[in-house]
Amino acid sequence: MDPVIELENVTFAYGDTVAVRDVSLTVEAGDFLGLVGPNGSGKTTLLHLMLGLHTPDEGTVRLFDRPIDAVEDGSRIGYVSQRATSRGGTMPVTVRECVTMGRFAHVGHGRLGEADREAVATAMETVEIVDLADRLMNELSGGQRQRAYIARALASEAELLALDEPTVGVDAESRDAFYALLDRLNDDGITIVLIEHDIGVVTDRADHVACINTELYHHGDTESFVESDALADAYGATGQVVHHHHP
Amino acid sequence: MTGEGPENTSDDAGTVDAAGSTRGPRRTIELAGVAAAAALAAAMIGFVLLYWAQDLPIASELYAGFRSVGRVMDAAFGTNVFRHPFMWQSMATGVLVGVVAPLVGTFLVHREMALIGETLAHTAFAGVALGFLLNAVTGWNGPMLLVALVVGIVGALGVQWLTERTDAYGDVPIAIMLSGSFAVGTLIVSYGRGLTGIAIEGYLFGNLGVVTVEGARLMAALSVVVVVAVAATYKQLLFITFDEQAARVARLNVTGYNTLLVVLTAVVVVGAMQVLGVILVAAMLVVPVAAASQIARSFRETTYLSVIFGQLSVIGGFAVAIGGELPSGGSIVVVAIGIYLLAVAASGFSVRAISTHG
Repeated sequence: MDPVIELENVTFAYGDTVAVRDVSLTVEAGDFLGLVGPNGSGKTTLLHLMLGLHTPDEGTVRLFDRPIDAVEDGSRIGYVSQRATSRGGTMPVTVRECVTMGRFAHVGHGRLGEADREAVATAMETVEIVDLADRLMNELSGGQRQRAYIARALASEAELLALDEPTVGVDAESRDAFYALLDRLNDDGITIVLIEHDIGVVTDRADHVACINTELYHHGDTESFVESDALADAYGATGQVVHHHHP
Repeated sequence: MTGEGPENTSDDAGTVDAAGSTRGPRRTIELAGVAAAAALAAAMIGFVLLYWAQDLPIASELYAGFRSVGRVMDAAFGTNVFRHPFMWQSMATGVLVGVVAPLVGTFLVHREMALIGETLAHTAFAGVALGFLLNAVTGWNGPMLLVALVVGIVGALGVQWLTERTDAYGDVPIAIMLSGSFAVGTLIVSYGRGLTGIAIEGYLFGNLGVVTVEGARLMAALSVVVVVAVAATYKQLLFITFDEQAARVARLNVTGYNTLLVVLTAVVVVGAMQVLGVILVAAMLVVPVAAASQIARSFRETTYLSVIFGQLSVIGGFAVAIGGELPSGGSIVVVAIGIYLLAVAASGFSVRAISTHG
């Protein structure tokens, strides 16, 4: 297997506050990795480090078998950020315009072609927002907007999907459909890194789990995670044990 | 991606057609408006070129024709304006400002960088003052707007450098830079006044009489640069404006496009300063865009409507300024705000809070 993401002894701090300490882990091509941990545990920071949005203070990050800074082809990554990082709330942008941004890394300064429009249409069908295509993002409900962002990531037809709590505010039915879709995409060989609050979803869907609370408490296949005490240890470290259902 | 049957594809095509036909008339009107604005801008660039080339054989005849059109217009409106080439210089500059300022402003406003336009105008003012001083002291005879352009671009790069080291645009360092460069400008003006007797008020409040031949030529050249740059990078500017983080992940050169946007802003501000004045120039970047954002149904439509509203503001403002012998800057901005209020009314009085996060 080829490694898609390799972190080696990565440490990152915001000023004096260490968010991620000495984390090493590898994500192989075709993996479905669930990233879990309490609030403020550094999950999002870790994902940002994997994507090159942050530069580690110590350690190295490699993506697609290259140093992270040397990765130039953004079309290989599909990304759904945590809610409200974009201006979907105020800027007049339609759902179709938003989803089309998923193709921008492919076309660069060139024009969008038929294949791009098809990828956009297919992505909108997949998350069932075709009827919303010409609506403004700022007129949608939180769940509808989130589906548009998911469609944007799908439209990029990337080999790595990085998803940071993608289904926040999305209703239960579309959520199940979305995670079933992730399973199918993963079966097709797409690598997935998912941050998800609901640990049940992670243990149901992911084949690997990384449990983090600043430090890495566990990284391995899902079964070993379920059997381990990593969850209690990680959540116990901040004194806020959350009971999630286990399958 | 999941496998799609042929029915799905044709279903989707049907939806697109249906949506396309329902907004057909609206789109047609918009495109006609944009085409009219573009034609007017092209005619104005044509005038500037003709004026430049009026001693050449063919151009001189065309230019003479243009002059007689001006005299006919004066006779028709009962004015004493259109027969004068210097008025056409001013109007050409104004019309071009009406296109490029809202065009750049569309990204600037939604990037929450409106204050940067204001800052760069004040930086450019220091540049104009410096230009006057250079003229007086060294006897250098170049256009002061060129100095303003250089100072404005240096200021733009400074702003970009500052914002990369602070958290957000519209931060305290930017405000300091705004008042600081204006303060330096006033000092240079006071110092230079003894040497030259500068009439710099025109650059403060905007005046049709301020526009020089060189100023109009510079504006024509800058307009072409701005339109080409925005057209070439529309997708990238849209992406970084809408979702900077996702744009970074998609490996767009976010810093590069931010710098481009800030430099384009400086370019527009220096050109627009002649007719709008330092104090009002940011209004042209912001107000037409705010009006367009009230009623636009997509981002592309926002850019179209911004340019159309910008153009209407300039033409309406010129009519007020010429009719009432008033300063052009104030007239244009008041008309632009009138259009904004109409747009608010048209959207059912729900003011969209552009400057805050949703």
